[in-house]
Amino acid sequence: MRKSLVLVLAILCAAVPAWTTKKKAEVDAKRFQEKLTKDEQVLHALDRLTFGPRPGDVEIVKRMGVKKWIDLQLHPEKITEDRALEVKLAPLETLRMTQGDTEASYPTPQMIRQVAQGRQPLPDDPVARAAVERQVRRIKVKKDEKDADPMEPAVPLDKLLSQAQIRTLRNGKPEEKKEVLASIPQEQIDDVVIAMPPQMRNQLMPIAPESLRRKFMLSNTPQQVIAYDLSEGKLYRAILSNRQLQEQMVDFWYNHFNVFLDKGNDRFMVPSYEREAIRPHVFGHFRELLEATATAPAMLFYLDNWQSVAPDFSRRQGRGGAGGRPARGLNENYGRELLELHTLGVDGGYTQKDVTEVARCFTGWTIKDPRGGSTFFYNDRVHDKGEKIVLGVTIPAGGGRDDGEKVLDILARHPSTAQFISKELTQRFVADNPPQALIDRMAKTFLDTDGDIRAVMNTMLTSKEFLSQGAYQAKVKTPFEMIVSSIRATDAQVDYAFPLADRIAKLGQPLYRKLEPTGYSNANAEWINSASLLARMNFALDLTQNKVQGTKVDQARFHEDPAHTARLMLFTNPTAPTRDAIDKAIADQKAKNPKAPPSPALVAGLVIGSPDFQRR
Amino acid sequence: MFSRRVFLKSSALAMVGVGATPAWLSRALYAADAPSPRKKVLVAIFQRGAVDGLNVVIPHGEKRYYEMRPTIAIPRPNGASDGAIDLDGMFGLHPSLSALKPIYDAGQLAVIEAVGSPDPTRSHFDAQDYMESGTPGRKATNDGWLNRALPKESGKLSPVRAISMGAALPRALRGSNDAVAINNLAEFQVKDAPSSMGFESMYDNSRDKVLNGTGRETFEAVKLMQSIQKQPYNPANGAKYPNGRLGQSLMQIARLIKSDVGLEVAFTDVGGWDTHVNEVGAKPTQGQLANLLTDFGNSLGAFYQDLGDRIADVTVVTMSEFGRTAKENGNRGTDHGHANVMFAFGGGIKGGKVYGDWPGLEPEQLYENRDLNLTTDFRDVLGELVTRQLGNKSMTTVFPGYEQPKFRGLMVG
Repeated sequence: MRKSLVLVLAILCAAVPAWTTKKKAEVDAKRFQEKLTKDEQVLHALDRLTFGPRPGDVEIVKRMGVKKWIDLQLHPEKITEDRALEVKLAPLETLRMTQGDTEASYPTPQMIRQVAQGRQPLPDDPVARAAVERQVRRIKVKKDEKDADPMEPAVPLDKLLSQAQIRTLRNGKPEEKKEVLASIPQEQIDDVVIAMPPQMRNQLMPIAPESLRRKFMLSNTPQQVIAYDLSEGKLYRAILSNRQLQEQMVDFWYNHFNVFLDKGNDRFMVPSYEREAIRPHVFGHFRELLEATATAPAMLFYLDNWQSVAPDFSRRQGRGGAGGRPARGLNENYGRELLELHTLGVDGGYTQKDVTEVARCFTGWTIKDPRGGSTFFYNDRVHDKGEKIVLGVTIPAGGGRDDGEKVLDILARHPSTAQFISKELTQRFVADNPPQALIDRMAKTFLDTDGDIRAVMNTMLTSKEFLSQGAYQAKVKTPFEMIVSSIRATDAQVDYAFPLADRIAKLGQPLYRKLEPTGYSNANAEWINSASLLARMNFALDLTQNKVQGTKVDQARFHEDPAHTARLMLFTNPTAPTRDAIDKAIADQKAKNPKAPPSPALVAGLVIGSPDFQRR
Repeated sequence: MFSRRVFLKSSALAMVGVGATPAWLSRALYAADAPSPRKKVLVAIFQRGAVDGLNVVIPHGEKRYYEMRPTIAIPRPNGASDGAIDLDGMFGLHPSLSALKPIYDAGQLAVIEAVGSPDPTRSHFDAQDYMESGTPGRKATNDGWLNRALPKESGKLSPVRAISMGAALPRALRGSNDAVAINNLAEFQVKDAPSSMGFESMYDNSRDKVLNGTGRETFEAVKLMQSIQKQPYNPANGAKYPNGRLGQSLMQIARLIKSDVGLEVAFTDVGGWDTHVNEVGAKPTQGQLANLLTDFGNSLGAFYQDLGDRIADVTVVTMSEFGRTAKENGNRGTDHGHANVMFAFGGGIKGGKVYGDWPGLEPEQLYENRDLNLTTDFRDVLGELVTRQLGNKSMTTVFPGYEQPKFRGLMVG
């Protein structure tokens, strides 16, 4: 009797979790069939296709109709770009430069050493040249203390500016500093920047116009300019572009084919990687995108394929191993990630043998002059000429570069790839645990259209699951989305975007600096931990109280009525706990200081830091 | 497993949240809540840049060592201040590490020789990545070994079980267990008090499961940190931490350990070890390496001293991505190599001994004819510490693909 009671209890205990999981899955599945109201549809479409609604966006989508607006976002070429964006991007020149030009103009410490040793010429650009010269002098100073050179600029600052002007630049009000900077004749700007002490440049950074700020940075830390341009460019595009879905897709595909900016020379390769390998293909055919990334120097360098040679190459050359230089051989990194992360997915049905065979096919896909111009180069001399079998397909002996192309053909048309890409897209745009039926329909589109990404996106965005209760507010914003959406919701004016990139890094998502080839997760869990949650709340307070450098919120647009202010930024009503907490905060503030009513900015900060705002 | 106690505890906690809990319940709750407030702690220190292990623990018994390093070798123990500090007649500590000798003599510091990652890479980037993920050769691992090392526990978990001192969460601590990166204990809060209360109430009452759960943990952690902050911190036993980042980080970690807030694993790192040029100055106790080792040794020494008896609960382990060439290069430095040296110290460590099989420095004994060969996988060391210090025996989880690390007997099993 007693024994059976224990048994029954044990069964009950064991059964409960299984039963609840199943029940939960059923409830979830049902939620993806439940329709949204008209207003919810509008907000949902904006939340997913853009980096958050701006004031007026809801009305625009309502007027056009959700379906028509989604279709327009799928065809960015039909959308006129915002002129303000072009103005912001204009000074970010490394985004448009070739790798070679970038390397020459923005030297690394190693390059500076080479210039110091006379093994490399100085760059042509006067500010870049001065930066290198100054650093070269520093190296010399360090080498020999007796030869100490006080690093005097060609023309000292007090010959270029009056004492009064210099004083203002040091201690003046922001407006006065701006005036002084604006009064410097164009032909003298470079001299003035070079003559300034580094601390003065740092202090003026937030108030200087973009072009001048670049010169400051170039003089202080030339090697940081590329990271600066990339971050600013990405932020301005996300904040201002009218082609919002295109920017979402650039973010998605860059993350899918992730490259870590700080791995050696990848620093110089990332701007052209995003510009040439990712951006043109985001709505194109997957096979072309795959080709572009497989041949990109940034990827070849990041996943080491540029060093991979036929396993017997060292023996053929009669060296390696015991004699001096370490043996070179096959490197499987790219092969493995190509299968696991770029195409089939980890459960896509490949073996370790396939990884090795794929790596052999890509031997010889390398970089010409990795420390110089860095372009793709196929080196037949190091290619493995033997027969390979990839996923059951025989690639005959005696092939060349074509071996790799055949692998890409197989992978780009593989059903596992269609599933894997469709699942990633739904995790990004629909929900963390998306319904399998939707993934299946997208995978079918993928296979029917030879991997037409726009067609796959169309299947997803016109599905009932996309505009369902199951998807509504189901995603936690990434740090990048959280910060950009707060800028858009408050219609903040950004004159200097880099400090925002700093904040995004504090929230846990340093831009272009995901070290692992996995990229950032498309699911929620990665983004919510104690430190990052606190950082979100603190950012919300800083933003609304205008304590974020380079960004200005017009506090007058926040309304006296807290509910109104909340709606201004959430584009819907706040949840009850959020509303109650705001009401209580106001009441507390009033009780403490009856004469100074709480500012609407306080309310705005609470709204942006609230759980409601962390969802999209 | 369900238990009545857990149920009571969570409903009582909900009451704490709305401030309606009587003080006696709160006390009883927290007393019952943590089975033992004194936790076993594992502290991992990463020396980034590849430290030259052969000049940290000097194989002074090897003639070849002195032949291969004519200008940068550390002299044999000679009773003077610039010679190696002898450990066992074969190996000696760099003279700038004198702060570690008392720990060795007390039998609480172990040296592990010829240890490292079996992966042949000599890229800092890849090798650090592999050592932190705990999966050499495998780049797609998304989490770190120290996060996976946290034992599975039921019931309420401390919000500060796992911390890293620094701005960003390091690779080693990323993963499914909550881990917190703290630059500075004082910064870990919402900047203004009224807003903090507002946020706390929003997140406490939110029906959003994810944000509600993490929000509660966050504000608990903030309160813990604030309560610790209220007391000024004076290191015990006359310990003096160096002013560098490593010393200050270890001081914060010691403070958290002594506060019994549930810390179980901590991570911190220290850079600058990539000594290609002028590794050793005019004297062995001068130059880049000596300066770094002084800071390193004194920081670890201060930590040991400050903890006093609490060292019984603590184990510290040090690592670096790879060693350096056995031979010095043309610039009085060393280049990227292979195997290296690790330290482990703490109350449970069977110290006063150099562990690991010494592979020798003769040409045929070197790895690829240039570097110290590897005889111990770093996961053998970490695996033993995770198992015996933290009590987490699930090596399939902590080191997937390396399920049976070979323990060296560093701790009592």
